[in-house]
Amino acid sequence: MGVDRREFLKIAGYATLFGLGGKAAIDILAPGELEASMEGIPLTQGKRWSMVLDMRKCLKQQEAGKDGCKECIIACHREHNVPDWGNPMHAIKWIWQDKYEHVFPDTPNQFIDEGVRHKPFILMCNHCFNPPCVRVCPTQATFKRDDGIVSMDMHRCIGCRFCMAACPYGSRSFNWGDPRKAPKELNPDYPTNPAYPERSMGVVEKCNFCVELVAKGEFPACVQACDKIKVNALNFGDLDAPESNVRKLLREHYTIRRKPALGTEPNLFYII
Amino acid sequence: MYDGGKIIIGLIIGIGLFLSPFFYNAGKAAKAPDPQLTEKAKEAQVCVGTKEYMRESHFSLLDEWRHTAVRDGERYYTAYNGKKYYKSLQVTCMDCHSNKTKFCDQCHNYLDVDPYCWDCHIVPEEKK
Ligand code: SF4
Ligand code: SF4
Repeated sequence: MGVDRREFLKIAGYATLFGLGGKAAIDILAPGELEASMEGIPLTQGKRWSMVLDMRKCLKQQEAGKDGCKECIIACHREHNVPDWGNPMHAIKWIWQDKYEHVFPDTPNQFIDEGVRHKPFILMCNHCFNPPCVRVCPTQATFKRDDGIVSMDMHRCIGCRFCMAACPYGSRSFNWGDPRKAPKELNPDYPTNPAYPERSMGVVEKCNFCVELVAKGEFPACVQACDKIKVNALNFGDLDAPESNVRKLLREHYTIRRKPALGTEPNLFYII
Repeated sequence: MYDGGKIIIGLIIGIGLFLSPFFYNAGKAAKAPDPQLTEKAKEAQVCVGTKEYMRESHFSLLDEWRHTAVRDGERYYTAYNGKKYYKSLQVTCMDCHSNKTKFCDQCHNYLDVDPYCWDCHIVPEEKK
């Protein structure tokens, strides 16, 4: 395409204005190319771990108990030495709950079904097929594995928190303090798992889809906990295998995902 | 030379101060590192590498382990003698060498290196 000097300076000016450089600046001229470059992260082939959360079973169990059910959350946080800071501002969340309206902000309406209204949904990292957190991480501390799990290399994290800004689901937490200094009264037996490391102050962390357990051929800790109480609401499986448990569930049920319009392609599906 | 005496006295004091640590420590050799093996380590007889390799390059091995285990998901290591080990400082190394102060710290302190492994990895409890 022909670009004269005047036009070039104009583009350069806009590029600086928007904080873009190099290839991105040229992409202003050719919008199609920008989309193409978005595929820059190698989208892995082969296995694709995912989870189908049957919220009907989960909510039923939560309503059965007096204080709801927190089995999956307890199991995960014990497995990964996630401390309780007793302060929501410092909370480290790998798996947590929030109201339906907050989880699926695009769907609710004034007259929404009582079955989901204000109901606590289970949340964790979506292990997005197109993870924006991976795109922004300057050190590649956050990366996507060949099996689709969005993992973190804690040795590399510099705590810049770009990933926290990039993740549209609030799946990431920052360690404002040294986890070992978390209040003892709230964490009497911390560290809870001597086989898993802790973190240090100033790194970001999130759900790792239990890579350490999957490597041993075990289901993630939350899935095991849910199965243990015979609720079986969490289903972990390979989306790439047409006959897998998750593919079967997806074929047979209507499922929704969080903020699908963003194009992150979450690998977590909710049956409601 | 003006004030020659003062300058020379000043120089002597200066050099003396500079060398004072040498005089202070003269005759006292720094305690040589003395890494101890636990009973379990002694019994096992072999480590994941030869004694020489581990002494000189255990950090390279650990670096390779963390990279391949975390990033490539290869969690098992085949040792020089064909034995398979789970790649983990915390679970595998520290299982035998559960005496960090008498093993790791011996040389690390002597050489004044301060590896940050222990910021996150849990140190096994040691009997005093
Ligand atoms: S949910 Fe957030 S942290 Fe998890 S992969 Fe997607 S963007 Fe990354
Ligand atoms: S905080 Fe850590 S993981 Fe997140 S973008 Fe920065 S270096 Fe990457």
